[in-house]
Amino acid sequence: MTMLETPPAEVPLNLVKPRRPDRTPNRVGQVLRYIALGILISAVLLPFYWMVSSSLKMNNDVFTIPVKWYPDTVVWGNYVDIWQKSEMTTWLRNTLLLSVVVTFLQVLTGSFAAYGFAKVRFPGRDVLFLAYIATIAVPWQSYMIPQFVLFSKLKLTDTFWSIIALQAFSAFGVFLMKQFYETIPDDLIDAARIDGMNEYGIYRRIMLPLSVPALASLTLLTLVNTWNDYLGPLLYLRSPGLRTIQLGLKTFVSTYNAEYALIMTGSVLSVLPIAVIFLLGQRYFVEGIATTGLKG
Amino acid sequence: MATMPVARRSRGRLMSRNTVVGWSFLLPNFIGFGIFTFIPVGLLFYYAFTDWNVFTGAEWSGLDNFSRLLNDSSFWTALRNTFYYSIFHIPLTLGASLALALLLNRKMRGVAFFRTAAFFPYITSIVAIAQVWNMLFSPSFGPINEIIRAFGVDNPPGWTSSANWSMPAVIIVGVWREMGYYMLLILAGLQTVPAQLYEAARVDGANAWWQFRAVTLPGLRPTMFFVTVMLTIGSLKVFDLILVMTDGGPGQSTLVLTQYIYQKGFKEQEFGYASAISIVLFGICLAVTVVQFLVNKRKDA
Repeated sequence: MTMLETPPAEVPLNLVKPRRPDRTPNRVGQVLRYIALGILISAVLLPFYWMVSSSLKMNNDVFTIPVKWYPDTVVWGNYVDIWQKSEMTTWLRNTLLLSVVVTFLQVLTGSFAAYGFAKVRFPGRDVLFLAYIATIAVPWQSYMIPQFVLFSKLKLTDTFWSIIALQAFSAFGVFLMKQFYETIPDDLIDAARIDGMNEYGIYRRIMLPLSVPALASLTLLTLVNTWNDYLGPLLYLRSPGLRTIQLGLKTFVSTYNAEYALIMTGSVLSVLPIAVIFLLGQRYFVEGIATTGLKG
Repeated sequence: MATMPVARRSRGRLMSRNTVVGWSFLLPNFIGFGIFTFIPVGLLFYYAFTDWNVFTGAEWSGLDNFSRLLNDSSFWTALRNTFYYSIFHIPLTLGASLALALLLNRKMRGVAFFRTAAFFPYITSIVAIAQVWNMLFSPSFGPINEIIRAFGVDNPPGWTSSANWSMPAVIIVGVWREMGYYMLLILAGLQTVPAQLYEAARVDGANAWWQFRAVTLPGLRPTMFFVTVMLTIGSLKVFDLILVMTDGGPGQSTLVLTQYIYQKGFKEQEFGYASAISIVLFGICLAVTVVQFLVNKRKDA
């Protein structure tokens, strides 16, 4: 703060020092920056380019010497064939259903619990929250075995309930929403309490409308997470009719392991919905991740 | 809020009322979270000391599982590979994400596009990207080796089909996939470094490198600490990427702890033994996190 209050010091300094030719080094720096970024980002995007271009090739043209970087003629046939050769429709339907149910439950229970943690004072609250946070640091892989045994005893295996139970109550959602609720001043809530509003009313009428951006972040992150989950379905869903897109794609790859163009077509189709959601709601992804990252 | 004379009694009542209200908010989530997460974590510490039989269930066997671990060479291979992955994956991802964040932390044309592109791999599914990368890595026909040959290397690596190069291949994909995520965390951290400090450093005549060392790095310390902890746990528990890309092979060259748990537990139904391996993984993650916190505290003091 004090630095701002002493601007005079700056003036003589500028006068004493010979004026640096400010523009040229900046220009060079800028160009170097763009070159570095250009190279990095092309490397990042190369796999996606390869995925799309291979899906538009004849199967024989995917692997050639020398490598063909783009298809000679664009072949759309793969995008027709894949629906016949695989159960793509079932997989997509299952995944969509699971993603929507899981996301709905996660957002609802997560934001509800976060209000309790952030704005209601009662004994044991902080200890419990600490326990929630601690499980974020415990790798799921280390308790997947007892969890599987438990789910088997509860007869949840090979049903969609297993995936819902697995994904819908994560500590992450509670954490993200609590971080956001804590930025809402307590005075606002106290004022509502004095006006005679009860806690559920405050949650519904004040917190929910104020937290739309955070809710959007949690919705999108959960949606993408559930859509992309491979391990949950791998462990729990055995019946072919229950397969999700990730599991389905993996089985498809093992069956048609030489149909490279088709495999890439399936990959494109599995990524496409996520890409669209991401591009539409980018801001919320970034904000959601930044919120959970700021206070460790 | 309450009137003075009855303040004490009403505070007690307020407290218990708050407890009821508070728990009513937590309950919908807590029931699910308690049953499906807390209980399994607790059970882990029981199962690890049992011998599992499909017919009789768990039978107490004391430390048998752990002494068996000591002589299990596959376990040691998995442990070694887990560290191999982590030792390269952590610094490479950290460096790449820091570089990206610094390059993108300013107003310039196209910055939004670059950020989006860098983050994109993180939200695409493992199955799809594993297929693409396996094709890119294809030893004789793949584009990557074609590029390497174009630089005059006659005998490019065999990547996922060679025991020596499969782990580097997996590490490359791991860094590629995750750097955008950590870049976002670091970018968020860079926003918290006060602009006045840069101003002051410039007034003092500090060049870009000194500004970075004297202002950026100290300002980023909390963020970098958090990122390192997350990245470490993330590397130690690497699983689906390897499962889909190499399935632990060729041979056992990319077998990691998580996958060994999966193999013993889900393929061979040895729940007790798999739980013991899980405890090792759990313990390593815990120990590393605690050490990082201690080191961080020492630096703060």
